[in-house]
Amino acid sequence: MGFKDFCFKKSLWLFHYGGASCNNCDIEILDCLTPRYDVERFGMKLVGSPRHADVLLVNGSINKRDKDRLLEVYDQMAKPVKVVAVGACGCTGGIFAEGIPFAGPVDKIIPVDAYIPGCPPKPEAIIAGIVKLIETI
Amino acid sequence: MGAHILYFLVYPGFLFTAIVGGLIAGVDRKLTAAVQFRKGPPVLQPFYDFFKLLLVKETILPASGSKITFLLAPVFALSGISIAAVLVMMPLLGINTGFEGDIIVIFYLLTIPSLTYIIGAMASGNPLASVGASREMKLIIGYELTFLLVIAAIIYKSGAETSLYQIIQTQQAGSVHIGSISGVLLFIAGMFCTQAKLGLVPFDMGEAETEIAEGAFIEYSGSAFALIKLSKYMLFFTLPALIILLFMGGVQLTGIHVLWAILKLVAVVLLITLIRNTNPRLKINQAMRFFFVWMNALVVIAIVLSYFGY
Ligand code: SF4
Repeated sequence: MGFKDFCFKKSLWLFHYGGASCNNCDIEILDCLTPRYDVERFGMKLVGSPRHADVLLVNGSINKRDKDRLLEVYDQMAKPVKVVAVGACGCTGGIFAEGIPFAGPVDKIIPVDAYIPGCPPKPEAIIAGIVKLIETI
Repeated sequence: MGAHILYFLVYPGFLFTAIVGGLIAGVDRKLTAAVQFRKGPPVLQPFYDFFKLLLVKETILPASGSKITFLLAPVFALSGISIAAVLVMMPLLGINTGFEGDIIVIFYLLTIPSLTYIIGAMASGNPLASVGASREMKLIIGYELTFLLVIAAIIYKSGAETSLYQIIQTQQAGSVHIGSISGVLLFIAGMFCTQAKLGLVPFDMGEAETEIAEGAFIEYSGSAFALIKLSKYMLFFTLPALIILLFMGGVQLTGIHVLWAILKLVAVVLLITLIRNTNPRLKINQAMRFFFVWMNALVVIAIVLSYFGY
């Protein structure tokens, strides 16, 4: 493992993209930043601009309108970028998968590096997913 | 000549300031976490962030706006703060070269980072960046007058000396400036100016993460953003060092005095971190009123008091 990878691993900045979600996943993601779970321990922090981010967290089902915006956000990010699909909606479409506006789960639109299942996933599950993501670097 | 380049690049200039500044930024994040009952990132986190941005990430140039200005702004910010750091550190650490560190020069050099951030933000062509830049500009108008008045008062208290060596000498011969009533008032005003110059809460409206997503820096990525981060870390060491120099009689690097030097630095950094963690963000008009009315009044009172010898 080179020095570059080591630094990348130690400092993942997250950008949170919420598609057409029911908002539960959004809340669980924010839970990870609270004192109880504190993902800042691993050097992660939520950033406001996709330009600064290393990890794109996508939750919620992606409908036809979200698709363009998701692609736009993905294009704006400085590469290399890791994408994490959070929740059943992000992974497969979940309960929205048969809806008319559904435009496919996240991995049909952009490459996904880690999946975190659950509806919503517990903060522990999100942290476990992130650890798995770190191991892939 | 070789020694001078070494002064500039290694100790006490660029490299030394960058490393200590990075450590201070790490301690600051650790303390912030402690205030919020969290564990917080490792102390070396700022270095990981810096090297990740510098080595791993791609730098994206804005499609609209001036690319060259956009890229040069961080370089100028870094050079400005490096020169300021050398000129502050040399008197502080008692390294005597021919140049008499002059406080007016320091004042101008310390405005370079904020100005270049504004220029860079304007060159990026992003609307949120220009909101951030305009707030930053108003903030500069607010605090620079106060900062200048503080410096004027310090010059007066040190017997009309503008050289940093002389300011330290005066304090080490007599009493330190913070030991008098006027000194305490000046110290309060100086600390708030430091806070505003560092762009920390309550004066972080220029890069308010929650409303305008880092404002002035929103378009920066990769190595350009790394340079901005580095200049921020260096500022985080240089400004407390300047406060120590102006108010606390500098430091001595012999024997037990080293411990005092570190304690002074820790005290100033702790104060900055605590102010930033216990205050909400001000609106820009509140911040300007705070400096124009209250801080300027405080400094003027301090000047009058020091005229009467308090
Ligand atoms: S996965 Fe479940 S909790 Fe998450 S957004 Fe979809 S429906 Fe809501």
